Amino acid sequence: MPTSLLTLKPQPAPRGRWTEFITEALIRAAGYSAVLFVGLILLFLLREGLPAFAEVQVTDLFSARWYPIEAHFGLLPLISGSLIVTAGAVLIAVPFGLATAIFIAEIAPRWLREFLKPFIEVLGGLPSVVLGFMGMLVLAPWVRETLGTPTGLTAFTGSVLLAGMALPTLVSVAEDALDAVPRSYRDAALALGATPWQTIWRVTLPAARTGVLTATMLGIGRAIGETMTVMMVTGNAARLPDGPAALFLPVRTMTATIAAEMGEVANGSAHYHVLFTIGIALFVISFVVNLAASAVVFQQKKRSERLLS
Amino acid sequence: MNRPQWHTRNRPSPPILQLVTGALVLSACLAACAPGSSEAAAPEAALANKGSDTMVNLALAWAEAYQRVQPDVRLSVTGGGSGTGIAALINGTVDIANASRAIKDEEREQARANGVEPVEYVVAQDAIAIVVHPDNPVDRLTLPQLSALYRGEIVNWREVGGEDRPVVLLSRETNSGTHVFFLEHVVRLGRSDDKSLFSVETLLMPSSEGISAEVRQNPNAIGYDGLGYVTDDMKTLAIAASDGAPYVLPTIATVTDKSYPIARDLYMYTRGQPAGRVQAYMDWVLGPQAQAIVAELGFVPVR
Repeated sequence: MPTSLLTLKPQPAPRGRWTEFITEALIRAAGYSAVLFVGLILLFLLREGLPAFAEVQVTDLFSARWYPIEAHFGLLPLISGSLIVTAGAVLIAVPFGLATAIFIAEIAPRWLREFLKPFIEVLGGLPSVVLGFMGMLVLAPWVRETLGTPTGLTAFTGSVLLAGMALPTLVSVAEDALDAVPRSYRDAALALGATPWQTIWRVTLPAARTGVLTATMLGIGRAIGETMTVMMVTGNAARLPDGPAALFLPVRTMTATIAAEMGEVANGSAHYHVLFTIGIALFVISFVVNLAASAVVFQQKKRSERLLS
Repeated sequence: MNRPQWHTRNRPSPPILQLVTGALVLSACLAACAPGSSEAAAPEAALANKGSDTMVNLALAWAEAYQRVQPDVRLSVTGGGSGTGIAALINGTVDIANASRAIKDEEREQARANGVEPVEYVVAQDAIAIVVHPDNPVDRLTLPQLSALYRGEIVNWREVGGEDRPVVLLSRETNSGTHVFFLEHVVRLGRSDDKSLFSVETLLMPSSEGISAEVRQNPNAIGYDGLGYVTDDMKTLAIAASDGAPYVLPTIATVTDKSYPIARDLYMYTRGQPAGRVQAYMDWVLGPQAQAIVAELGFVPVR
């Protein structure tokens, strides 16, 4: 744009080049540092976690019993526990978050929208321990009385709270994505005689699919890594799930196990190394989730580009 | 039962306490190592006291109170576990070891081989109360019933005379000394060849408060905790040591006369018959002032 070019005042050449060089170097370093840190963390996890495979038999790691003080190191209940809580959270958060995002972006009048969005984002700033405490004292008794489960400290209770924590990110990102869909798409759909609902469901939402998917992945990431809340409300019983009903029974997640046991474990013991193995498992799971997400996003882009061309 | 005045009985000692411990050790060292304090260079100026994490808060409270009585004696208190404390006593790096279990025979032999004869003092007792929701009609259990409950063999309150409700088992996390004591003396009924474990359905709560909160609101729940943590809004069960034995509620009296079955002694060990400062400290620990602190922290005094 010519106007912006005109407003740029020419800098004294050497100083301008220097600052430019330094800024560029700093930004480059910041960009690479993320990769470096992830690499270093992985190395650290591998160094501390891999000895577990020498100290504990692999068949033992895949057994169904986690009782580390008597050398029962079965990881299956912990892995499945984390997966159940996360799946529950996603099942609750995605429909609810998407509906909220659609309402804010497409339906709500401007004044309501300007009130709702910051409000939802404030929700994301709640410390997880506060949510956990509320979950323990308010949500858990409610779950037990309403659903008739033996205890309110269940995977479901954790899922509800995690969904609440993932919602602000999910809504915010999904709403941005919906908002970025060009006005002309909606106008075209409405001009062809589509109802507002048909426009949202068939045109706007598919066009924003990439952003919505990113929002979902961010939500999953938040849910699987959350520690304090799940430790307080899921009961921490390392039981292997035996069906869909397990969602309404206590579980023990990987994160809660590391948090509860790392503080007291003898440095260098088999238990210590197995806790790091759990860390590796968590790392791998979030890596796979992210990889799957970017693969889907990439594919989507290619398809939409094809369609548009 | 009164709630302890300062709430410091979490079994894994909280970081703040470890800081306090560190500060005490540091102050002891500063006093002993400061180059200016050559006039007070008595070699036994600091009494080292190490061991059980269960007892670390008690030992700290004692050390603080004793320093007000005897300002010239410095005490350093550290945790690390009963075994760590006894090992340090055997190696001669501490004067007093704290232990929430009696010394083992092999440890005593090791000590003798090092020329140390550990002398045992029972300094306090710790009762573990079994608690349920106040609405639960069950008010008594035998130890074998309790064991069967926690092994997962009894899953409905009906089987022990209660309502038709599922049993929800609550326990502390595995790193708690109380968890291990409960496993050995209740779940396994004190049989060392018994390898049974807590039921997989057992909820492991990260804190005493977690157990209390669930017991207060859930009529299906059963939990255990130190006597000092039991409040009026929970029901404490009377326990019989075996079928046919009398049912006993945990109180200071029933723990003292050993009729309450789920209680343990807390020990201190010295290197040989104590003399001088160590003897003075041990006498004070068993005296009325120190034993009042025992009750304040929710343990059971021995005198």
